[in-house]
Amino acid sequence: MPAFLAFLARIGFLCRKELLALLKEPSTRFVLFAPALLQALLFGYGATYDLTHAPYAVLDQSRGAAAAELLARVDGTGVFKREAALNSSQQIAHAIDEDGVLLVLSIPADFDSRLAAGQQAPLQVILDGRNSSTASAAAAQVGAIVAAYNQSIGGAGAVSVQRRAWYNPNLESRWNLMPALIAALSLIQTLLVAALSVSREREQGTFDQLLVTPLTPMQILIGKALPAILIGLVQSTIILLIIRFWFEIPMNGSPWLLYLGLLTFTGAAVGIGLSISALSVSMQQAMLYTFLLIMPMMLLSGLLTPVRNMPEALQIATYVNPLRFGIDLVRRVYLEGAGLREVAFDFVPMLAVAAVTLPLAAWLFRNRLS
Amino acid sequence: MNGAGFIRRLVALVRKETRQMLRDRSNLAVGLVLPVVLILLFGYGLSFDVKHAPVAVVLEDGSPQAREVLSGLQGSPYLAPVWTTSMPEAEQRMRAGEVDAIVRVPEDFSRKLAAGQAQVQLLLNGVDSNTASAVEGYVDGAIATWAQRQADRTGGKADVGSVQVVQRMWFNEASTSTWYLVPGLIVLVMTLIGAFLTSLLIAREWERGTLESLFVTPVRPLELVLAKLVPYLGVGAIDLAFCLLAAKFLFLVPMRGSLWVIVFASLLYLTVSLLLGLFISGKTRNQFQASQVSLLTSFMPAMMLSGFVFDLRNVPLVVQVISQLLPATHFMGLIKTLFLAGDNGSLILRDCAILALYALVLTLAVRRTLRKTLD
Repeated sequence: MPAFLAFLARIGFLCRKELLALLKEPSTRFVLFAPALLQALLFGYGATYDLTHAPYAVLDQSRGAAAAELLARVDGTGVFKREAALNSSQQIAHAIDEDGVLLVLSIPADFDSRLAAGQQAPLQVILDGRNSSTASAAAAQVGAIVAAYNQSIGGAGAVSVQRRAWYNPNLESRWNLMPALIAALSLIQTLLVAALSVSREREQGTFDQLLVTPLTPMQILIGKALPAILIGLVQSTIILLIIRFWFEIPMNGSPWLLYLGLLTFTGAAVGIGLSISALSVSMQQAMLYTFLLIMPMMLLSGLLTPVRNMPEALQIATYVNPLRFGIDLVRRVYLEGAGLREVAFDFVPMLAVAAVTLPLAAWLFRNRLS
Repeated sequence: MNGAGFIRRLVALVRKETRQMLRDRSNLAVGLVLPVVLILLFGYGLSFDVKHAPVAVVLEDGSPQAREVLSGLQGSPYLAPVWTTSMPEAEQRMRAGEVDAIVRVPEDFSRKLAAGQAQVQLLLNGVDSNTASAVEGYVDGAIATWAQRQADRTGGKADVGSVQVVQRMWFNEASTSTWYLVPGLIVLVMTLIGAFLTSLLIAREWERGTLESLFVTPVRPLELVLAKLVPYLGVGAIDLAFCLLAAKFLFLVPMRGSLWVIVFASLLYLTVSLLLGLFISGKTRNQFQASQVSLLTSFMPAMMLSGFVFDLRNVPLVVQVISQLLPATHFMGLIKTLFLAGDNGSLILRDCAILALYALVLTLAVRRTLRKTLD
């Protein structure tokens, strides 16, 4: 038993030293915690796919009652803002290029008379496709308005669709993105902290001294990993609190399960970071290799685009990416209120990555001396 | 203060920096390999376009009319209907994440249809709100198409017309997200070279004390800035060539603006991005902080706040103001227009002027951080 206590005590000393090295400087403390807070706020407001403001222009050549009624419905959504009324089709290009309207609604001269004659009246929608997701969202909304209009005048559409969305009743993209950020934002800094921890000692020459102390590679590993995991979890907590209490996105799952998932995820991230660290000879190398990994990890995680939209081969590649499963787990626990049984599969790849990278890092400490 | 000395010192310094850059393979990995990986990932891996979204279909009404409504779902390339026998089974599948939505046709469907009040229930998994909205649109579309056909066939209501939406997507006729992601990729790659490669350069020299030894040489701060800039401009130019070639020949993104304007604007932004990295480096004088700051101030905002994927029209005013402060935002707007819309004189002039101003201010700021003073 005393041997075990001594083991723990040594790890404790090393952890304390690591935390001191990280937190002693006020500017480093600031860099570790303030950005998580700022980014969570900024991205919470800035990262949205929801169409909230769609400036549009009208080219109404019919000047009839039906067109006016339809346009009133468009204006009534609160999303579409009429910026200009055009007189000729030559002005459309200018409206989109210079005035920055997202779409132009073009109503032909015979619009009213066709409707009155029981024919189909075309409403032309010209969209700025430079951002295709915004354009598609706007097109879908216009389509819905027109469908409702058709129904109101008794035209086509005897079937109405009754809709309800689970877990995110208003289909707000913030609800989808923010929980993912709990994992994604903390990943960047956790990886860097871990990656720079050993390489800094290598660069300063103190790592050789550490190796000749009574500490075993296992103890060095734990001593280096715990502070990094701790920092990652604190960052996740900051982001979690902002999401829950600032943006007021309701949390349906168990916080214990969420933290168990985050702990596993951060453990895998730290394992990757420490392996990079043990392989690098300088801080610069460690940082660059980290960046080399972070980018593909972010892009192949399902943070911005769904994993299912990727080609088959890349989907398989995402299995080694702990961020993919970290994000999936956080989203499902947070939004869907999923239980352990439903997210158990997410733990497997993350645990596998941690089980490979952490021992690998410990082995590299000994077997790779610069 | 003579020109010959300036050139001689500059050439010597550029040689030293280039050698230092080439010696470490991690530099080349990030400078040349990462951009290629990103190009391939962006072109092939990332897509917002929903295709074959699995949708569970529950037919509680077995009548031919009910079947016909949903035949539209099968014809759509965007949806992959999965026939399920009962609502609990469908809900089970949605909970497990196997399907994105449930379409339920209630048993009184055909009876109510005769009365013109038929309803179809659509349940969506809202966690991926983007996909959910798209699926909602496609299901609506499939049902509207059916209704249209019914109206045409019966012809009973010939006295009532209907409005038909004719949609045209300008600049992105194919309406694919690749067309707007790939030009944005150039911004990302140029940002990454600056943020990742130059942000440690000065901090490392401070930490190792080599900058202090440079103080006793005749080298002037401006020469040092230029010398640190040149090798990475070279790397950035190679990456730019990769991006442009991939955009044109691999992803067939139209290049409607002139090539020279695209190249000029990209190199201008590259310079700004490299200088920003040097500034962070010189300001923090600490490699650990420099790496964190550069990642957080240049790269993440360039990805999230520049209009790369999220449209700036939809964000609150405060975020819009912040995003306007980022050089990446101006370059992003410019490059997308140059690729997809074509040359636009006033926009080119305005954004290039803004970028040039950033370059000038940052050059002066970096020079200040290199002043020969010890604290």
